[in-house]
Amino acid sequence: MEHMSSLYSGALRMTRNPADAEDLVQETYLKAYRGFGGFEEGTNLKAWLYRILTNTYINAYRAKQRRPEESDLDEVEDLYLYRRLGGLEAARTGRSAEDELMDLFTEAEVKEAVDALPEAFRMAVLLADVEGFSYKEIAEIMDIPIGTVMSRLHRGRKQLEKLLYDFAVSHRLAEPVPDPAS
Amino acid sequence: MADDPTPLKPQCDEALHEIYHLLSGEIDDTKRAKIAEHLDECAPCAEPYDFYAELRKCIQQRCHDTAPPELLARIENALQHEPH
Repeated sequence: MEHMSSLYSGALRMTRNPADAEDLVQETYLKAYRGFGGFEEGTNLKAWLYRILTNTYINAYRAKQRRPEESDLDEVEDLYLYRRLGGLEAARTGRSAEDELMDLFTEAEVKEAVDALPEAFRMAVLLADVEGFSYKEIAEIMDIPIGTVMSRLHRGRKQLEKLLYDFAVSHRLAEPVPDPAS
Repeated sequence: MADDPTPLKPQCDEALHEIYHLLSGEIDDTKRAKIAEHLDECAPCAEPYDFYAELRKCIQQRCHDTAPPELLARIENALQHEPH
């Protein structure tokens, strides 16, 4: 079954519940099977499957994806996480930034941070930064204009940086930093 | 920790502003080459760029789940009951 783990991962981030994720993936494959005539040869199969997955999720769970709750999101400045954690890097320990970040954030924490994003932002970040779809593909998958994709990504990514930083602080792995803007 | 939150040159500003788009492969070739050239010669910009490249990898790796084996069996079973 092509792309099943990718679709399951995506479904888990959308529904945040393994049983719902399994149902969603099954429904997606059934719809794909029934509608395979609608797939254009030579186009991206994974993107097509994700479009079905996303539509099914939105319809089944009445996701309010068209009305993201923008008020939930604080303003977060550019390079938020780097300015706070960038200095932890290599210099002190001689290790790579990658090892450092992987040590800092467990799988459960990264998932919890992604899951904490408001839905519309979570889906955009998931599609771009986890699944690696282009902005154009995301616009088609979510059926929204590309400008909307970009603004959701912009805010979703910044918010994710903030959530990850909160984890680092709560684990005493980083000192709280006063707001550099103030 | 980055010492100076204010980028020094306009090229820095542009490079830093585009980090996520660059990492997403959404920057056209001409602009990408220009930014790559700048990153080569400007450590204060190359550092955050590397940091966000690693962050992207970290998020990707951490968000990967494997579908449970019984899901495959369930879907195959459901597909068998579909009209051919």
